[in-house]
Amino acid sequence: MKNSEILSCFQCGTCTGSCPSGKYTSLNVRRIVKDSIKKDISDQPDLWMCTTCYNCQERCPRGIKVTDAILSLRAEAVRKGRILPAHRAVCKFLIEVGHAVPIDDIHIAIRERIGLSQPETVSKYPKALNDVKILLESCGFNELVKE
Amino acid sequence: MKDLSLFLGCVIPNRYPGIEKATRLILDRLGLKWSELKEASCCPAPGIFRSFDKVTWLTIASRNIVLAEENNRDLLTVCNGCFSSLLDANNILKNDAALRDKVNLHLKKINKEYKGTIEVRHIIEFLSKEIGAKNLNKLIERPLELRVAVHYGCHLLKPTKERKLGGAECPVFFDELVEATGAVSVPYEGKTSCCGAGGGVRSAMLETSFKMTEYKLDRIKKAGVDCIVEACPFCHLQYDGGQAELAKSGKTYNIPVVHYSQLLGLAFGYTPEEVGLHLNAVRSHEFEDKIARIQKKDTSVK
Repeated sequence: MKNSEILSCFQCGTCTGSCPSGKYTSLNVRRIVKDSIKKDISDQPDLWMCTTCYNCQERCPRGIKVTDAILSLRAEAVRKGRILPAHRAVCKFLIEVGHAVPIDDIHIAIRERIGLSQPETVSKYPKALNDVKILLESCGFNELVKE
Repeated sequence: MKDLSLFLGCVIPNRYPGIEKATRLILDRLGLKWSELKEASCCPAPGIFRSFDKVTWLTIASRNIVLAEENNRDLLTVCNGCFSSLLDANNILKNDAALRDKVNLHLKKINKEYKGTIEVRHIIEFLSKEIGAKNLNKLIERPLELRVAVHYGCHLLKPTKERKLGGAECPVFFDELVEATGAVSVPYEGKTSCCGAGGGVRSAMLETSFKMTEYKLDRIKKAGVDCIVEACPFCHLQYDGGQAELAKSGKTYNIPVVHYSQLLGLAFGYTPEEVGLHLNAVRSHEFEDKIARIQKKDTSVK
């Protein structure tokens, strides 16, 4: 793992003690930091149990950007194709309609009922949506999340 | 200060349009110069897209920022997720020339260029800094006598080095805005803890995310409040939709969830329906009646 900053970790466990997810899940941030120095942990499901609340990063006595490190480890896992089906579905939404949470008929109807017109987003402007698609393609995102 | 481009994101217009309506009402009532940002896409959501690929995340965010740059307006967000993605992306692109060049190569394909000429704001820090709780309080005719559990949400405050809004352990600026409406911000254990939704946890591990939500709801219930007030539609969804889901397994909380735009709207005299409270999954007629009683009360001192 390329992140040299985490080599200064002295395994105090403040990160794990501050983790809201670790109270209920197998996520152990201290261990993730330790293991990621020595080996590839792309397969570990715990990586995806972090809510990115930044408590660990805020409280780390060594000033290590712990949450940012988790994001980098996730990106490494994604490059190896380790993508949860639900996350792949959200990526597909972005690729197809430019939104992670797309508008649907129920909410179009609710909007009309409370006097709101169609959102002024890419959902209304086909050329703008196409621009988003060009950018995603250009970044190689479609290829990255392809099944 | 520049005029504002309102960036609504995904969850507000597409799931909780009541928050959108309330936001429009309060921005007008405050006399701010604003218009909705046209042609915006997903911010894109920090939990999944920032985790997946930094350059893609930056590029899609930069397009939204450039749309506001073209209008010479600051971006006003009403969601902690949008704030997180757009503020962090703006800071990175302003300061990292190599990444900026990389992103601009992509943007060139749609004839756009990131210049770094605008700021990204969040409605809570904007109101706190630009209007101030004291001035806001002067605009309130009928104080909302409510006991409120304030939930800041993680990405409004953290990472603190980027947000520059003070410490994240005992923040006060949001509480001050809530109390400006006449409500009381009630202390509760775990106040700055996460709602459970972020980081892609809600989308991939709903049950796990609800464990964190229950942690919060148990403590909020114990504090004895009229409602939860937050500043993020994703936290709103997690608390409101979460309560509806938890009720199916017999865990009933019945705590109304109110976005700050809606709370301020109520304080300005708009009805619960006008600010979209009736669109919540968890509706409390007791709460809505209480608001109606407060709004009808004659507080004139003539």
